[in-house]
Formats: sequence, structure tokens, C-alpha cells
Amino acid sequence: MLILAWAAHNAATTLAERNMRVDFGFLASPAGFDIPFRIVPWDPSDSYGYALLVATLNTALAAALAIVLASLLGLAIALMRLSANPLAAALARGVTELVRNTPQLLQIVFWYIAVLQVLPAARASFSIGGAVFLNVRGLFMPAPNSPLLAMCSGLGLAGAFILPRLLPRAPVLLLGAASMAGLLAVGTLLSTWELPALKGFNFQGGWRLPPELLALVVGVGIYTSAFIAENVRASIQAVAPGQREAARSLGLSPGRTMRLVVLPQAMRTLLPPLASHYLNIIKSTTLGAAIAYPEVLQIFARTVLNQSGRAVETMTLVLGVFLAINLIVSSLIGRWDRRLQRDAR
Amino acid sequence: MRVKTGWVAALASMVLLKGVLSSGAVHAQNIPIPGPTVEAIKKRGQLACGVDTGIPGFAFQDSAGAWHGFDVDYCRAIAAAVLGDATKVRYVPTTTPARFTILQSGEIDLLVRDSTLTMTRNLQLHLAEVAINFYAGQGFLVSTKLGVGKIDDLNGATICTLTGATLELNIADFAKAHGTKIGTLLFEKSDEAIAAMEAGRCDGYTDDTGSLAAVRSTLKTPADWVVLEGVISKEPLGIHARASDVNWVNILYWVDNALKTAEELGVTKANVDEKKAGIDPVIKRLLGVEGGFGEMMGLDNAWSYRAIKTIGNYGEIYDAYFGPKALDLARGQNKLWKDGGLVYTLPFR
Repeated sequence: MLILAWAAHNAATTLAERNMRVDFGFLASPAGFDIPFRIVPWDPSDSYGYALLVATLNTALAAALAIVLASLLGLAIALMRLSANPLAAALARGVTELVRNTPQLLQIVFWYIAVLQVLPAARASFSIGGAVFLNVRGLFMPAPNSPLLAMCSGLGLAGAFILPRLLPRAPVLLLGAASMAGLLAVGTLLSTWELPALKGFNFQGGWRLPPELLALVVGVGIYTSAFIAENVRASIQAVAPGQREAARSLGLSPGRTMRLVVLPQAMRTLLPPLASHYLNIIKSTTLGAAIAYPEVLQIFARTVLNQSGRAVETMTLVLGVFLAINLIVSSLIGRWDRRLQRDAR
Repeated sequence: MRVKTGWVAALASMVLLKGVLSSGAVHAQNIPIPGPTVEAIKKRGQLACGVDTGIPGFAFQDSAGAWHGFDVDYCRAIAAAVLGDATKVRYVPTTTPARFTILQSGEIDLLVRDSTLTMTRNLQLHLAEVAINFYAGQGFLVSTKLGVGKIDDLNGATICTLTGATLELNIADFAKAHGTKIGTLLFEKSDEAIAAMEAGRCDGYTDDTGSLAAVRSTLKTPADWVVLEGVISKEPLGIHARASDVNWVNILYWVDNALKTAEELGVTKANVDEKKAGIDPVIKRLLGVEGGFGEMMGLDNAWSYRAIKTIGNYGEIYDAYFGPKALDLARGQNKLWKDGGLVYTLPFR
């Protein structure tokens, strides 16, 4: 506490000596720049403060996708590494060593340039049924014209949680999937769709997944998956071998043994290091600034900082955003962890 | 917890009080010539000059690590004027987002970094927009395959550019004023931006006209790319310094003025000694034989002579880096006023 207060005092005096004042008033002034990719509406006349929200959502989106990819891939690599098949085990080992021993930024730039080199120009796009287009500018998909689909998928998601509680006997996964799929189908049939179409230089309309997001998610996801795989492997190996043998002697198949007996127990030792990896992924999304993905660091610590000249204020805000996101994620995982430990008793 | 908050409040009020007192002290002080910056430079024996991290023409390092370039020569000329030795310069490469903070914090004495002089930088950052050393404008480099002839045809195009500069704002202003839509993709470094452009991710690249010529020369097939005619903004590039040291700002202003006046009067690196011994009173005042201007700024009277003798006049510096033997960029607006350009100096009188 005292050290913090001293640091603040030091900063305040130094700033005052240099005639620089800390003032967050600039957040209300119009930004004036375009944010090329965002998941909420944005207009250049919106304020710097709103730009922070837009950029934070972009960061959160990239982090969430990368966490899902890294987790699934990490689990797959770990299972391959532990499998009896020597080819799969060797491949998993090779991938792990290659991925975790090369710099992360290099991998992201590699994926970005590699992705761009492979894809065709806008006028020669790959097309699926004249509705989905893939080219160097991104993946273009039809977008629903009404919020009906979003409402239906929300209902489907809610159903997936509620139905299993109402019908405790039914298989949980099947029921959830059926609820999601049913309502999604209803939403799809009822909404009208806006198709992407080539106008001038680019495709207009519909939803667009830019290659920057793809390269960032793939780059960060694959990199972290190698570390997660090693943690998963260690956790699985830490489960007493007797557990597995007992399950097999009860007649459970290898797949069910893994899913019902080994993984739930491995989860307990896996969660604490997994939390660190997730926090690292969130911080690593800032590398997206190198490949033009508009996340918090690029929009705020670069564009806004340069335009407003408010270095101290913008850096404080960027630090605050990351601290907040990471504290939330870390407390959520901490809660899950405590529940697992309690169940274990 | 109660006790702790009390302590924090007490400390916070101390911090505020201290801040008020010291900012008052800064405003009240009366700076004697030559001023704190020159005194610090002389004590250090070195000029700390903020330059670009590396851009052809303006500031770049050779294989031995030595700095060269248009902006670098300005640092050398100022070191020659103030310290009497053009080699006594510490070059501080500054990135686009960090450059002004580095200057404000006092780490460098001046910033000559192909940086645009603007009102925000003057009024919000308390910096002096000392002098313009290069008139540029924001232009576009596009693929010839697009079949685009002028900037107005770029409606709907996506342009790759660098983050943290005036470039993206100018595009937004231009698009708004002309009712067009130009998308931007912002990169940290020009290498990635140019790679993305060559791969077709965007339709073109935008930067100051001086830099575009340099970028085009580094592309795989320069013939496939064209710099569109016209510019969308004025980019007066030049020297920034902290506005608080008025005499230092004056020295920088007059060094720039001396280099330009030397070209106007035909004084070059080669003939400066001969001209100094001549009879023209205007040249005698420029070179400090008469007038005593150097002493008025807290320097000696040979300040401008040394700068011209070691670096050359403005035209010589331009030719060394942008002339036909270098990047081959037409001088355009950077010609002297009497040749149809914008370079116009105040008289040494």
C-alpha cells in the first residue's frame, strides 16, 4: 500500500514538473478513426471511451476463441501422446516440441502470411452455393436480417441447461444438443438472410471473419495447446494407475474409462496450471497488433495514445482492462477449482 | 481497514499539494540564456537526438551501425552549432507511439523524426512546432491491376497503413468529406503491412509521399505498383522540442533557417570559407562574421558557419538522400521559394 502510494506520488510530481496533467476528459471526444473489425456497431464519430469498449470486446472474442481451440487441441495432443499407437505418440511429441520452442509472435506472423498467401483474390473467391465466400479478405457468410436467430439460439442455450434438470433420467448431452439444434433450425427457417455480394473492391453485406482474427486465434491457440497438452499428460499420468485398471476390469471400454474415470480425476490437478495458460492467452492477444487485428493494445495504446497524446492515461486504462479481464477469469476458474476440490473429499 | 484508508487519503492530499506547488514553480521561473537544455547538452558533451527507428531517406543505419539520413544530418548540424562537433550526437531511435513521451520526459533534447507538426502536439503536449524541414503529403501506393487512376476512385477499397500516426485520421477525414468509404488495416510495422499488401489483403498502402517512393523501390516487382497522383493531406514534417525552453527553440529554429538561407545565398559546404572571407554583408551576417547573433542565443558567433561547413546547405542535404543519385524523389514543394517551392526563410538581420 505504502509503495503504491509512493509510486503515485512520484509519478504525480514528475508529471507536474514536466507540465503534463493526468486528465481522462479526452475519453468523451470523438475518435475519428475506423475500426475495421468489431462485433458491436461502430462509427468514426463515436467517442474514445466507446472505442475502448469495442476494442475490449474484440480482445475478449479473440481470447475466447483461442481458449477453446487451445483446450481442445491440447487435450487431443495429450491423448495422442499417451496412446498406444507409436505413430500418433511420435507425431504429438514432434508437434509439441516444434510449437513450444519457437517464438509466439513469429508463429502468428507466419500463420497470417501463410493464410494470406494461400487464399485467392476477392474476384476469384472460393464459393459455397453462392452464399459463403472465402478469399484473401476473409470468410464471408450470410447474416440474418432480424434478431430472431439470436433469440432462438439464446432460447436453445437456455433449454440445454434447463431440460436436463426437468428430465433427470434422459442423457444430458443428447437433450442439450437436441434443444440447441431444434431452436436453431426454427430460427434459420424463419429469418431472412442478407447474402454477401461482390461490390467494387470487396464483398459487402453478411458476416465477415477476417484473416487477422483467424491467424491470431490459430497462432495463439496452437502455441498454447502445446503447453496445455503437457499439463494434461502430466495430470492424466498423475491419476493412480489402479483407477484405470479397476475401471477396465469392470468392463468399461478404453474411451469410457478415460471420459468417466481418468479425466474427472485429472481435472483436479489440471485446473491450476490451466488457469495460468488461459490468463496467458488473454495477454497474448495483444500480439494481434502486429497483424492488424484491432484489439485493445492496438486501438488504445497505439492509435488513441498517438492521437490524444495522453500516454499515462491510455496505458493506465489498457492495464486496467487486462487486469479486470484476468481477475474475472481467474476468480471463475478459482471457483470451479474449489468446487472440484470439495467434490473430491 | 479504516486506518488504512485514512493513511491513503492523507498521502493522496500530500501528492496533490506537492503537484500544485511544483507546477507553480515551473510557470514562475525566468530562464536565463542559454537555458537549461543547452546547459545540459554542454555538461553531457553530447546532443540527444530523437530519430526514426529506420526509414530510407530520413534516418537509417549502415552495416557498421552508423546513422545516415536527412533527419540525421539535422541532428549533426545542430550538434556542430551547439557543441562544435557534429559527431557528438547520441541517436535515440523512437517508435511512433513513444516518440512524444520520450521528448516530454526529457530523455532527448529534440525530435527530428519525419513527424508531422500539428495543433494537438503543440497545445496538448506542450511541444514547440519549431520548423518544417520537409513538406510532404499523404499519398497512396496501389496495384496497377486495380485500374484506379486517382484517389477519388478508391471508394470501398481497403488500405494497409501504420498505427499511431496521423495517416489513419486523414483517411477518415477524407472519406467523411468526400462521402466515400475507405477501410484501413493498421499494422505495427511497415514490413508486415507491405507483406499483407503484396499478398492482396488490402488494395494499397498509404504513407507520406517521401516514404512511398522508398517503399515502392523495395517491392518484389515495383512495376506492378503505382503511386497515385495527388495527396489527401498536408504533412509538414519537422522539428519538435519542449516548448518550456524558449531559447533552445530559438536555436533550433535558426539552425534550420541558416541551412536554408545558405542555399538561397549559394553558400555550400565547399565554398563556405571563401564566402566567409568575401564582401557580401548578408553572407557575413549569416556566417557570424558580423551581427553577433550567436552570442544573443548563448552560443558563439561561428555556430552557423560550423553547421554549414560540416553538413552543407539545405539543398545539399536533400540531394544526398532524396536526389537523383539516392531515392530520386522530385523536390516539388521542398524547392526554395524563388524556384517555385515553399521553402522561405526569415532574413538574418
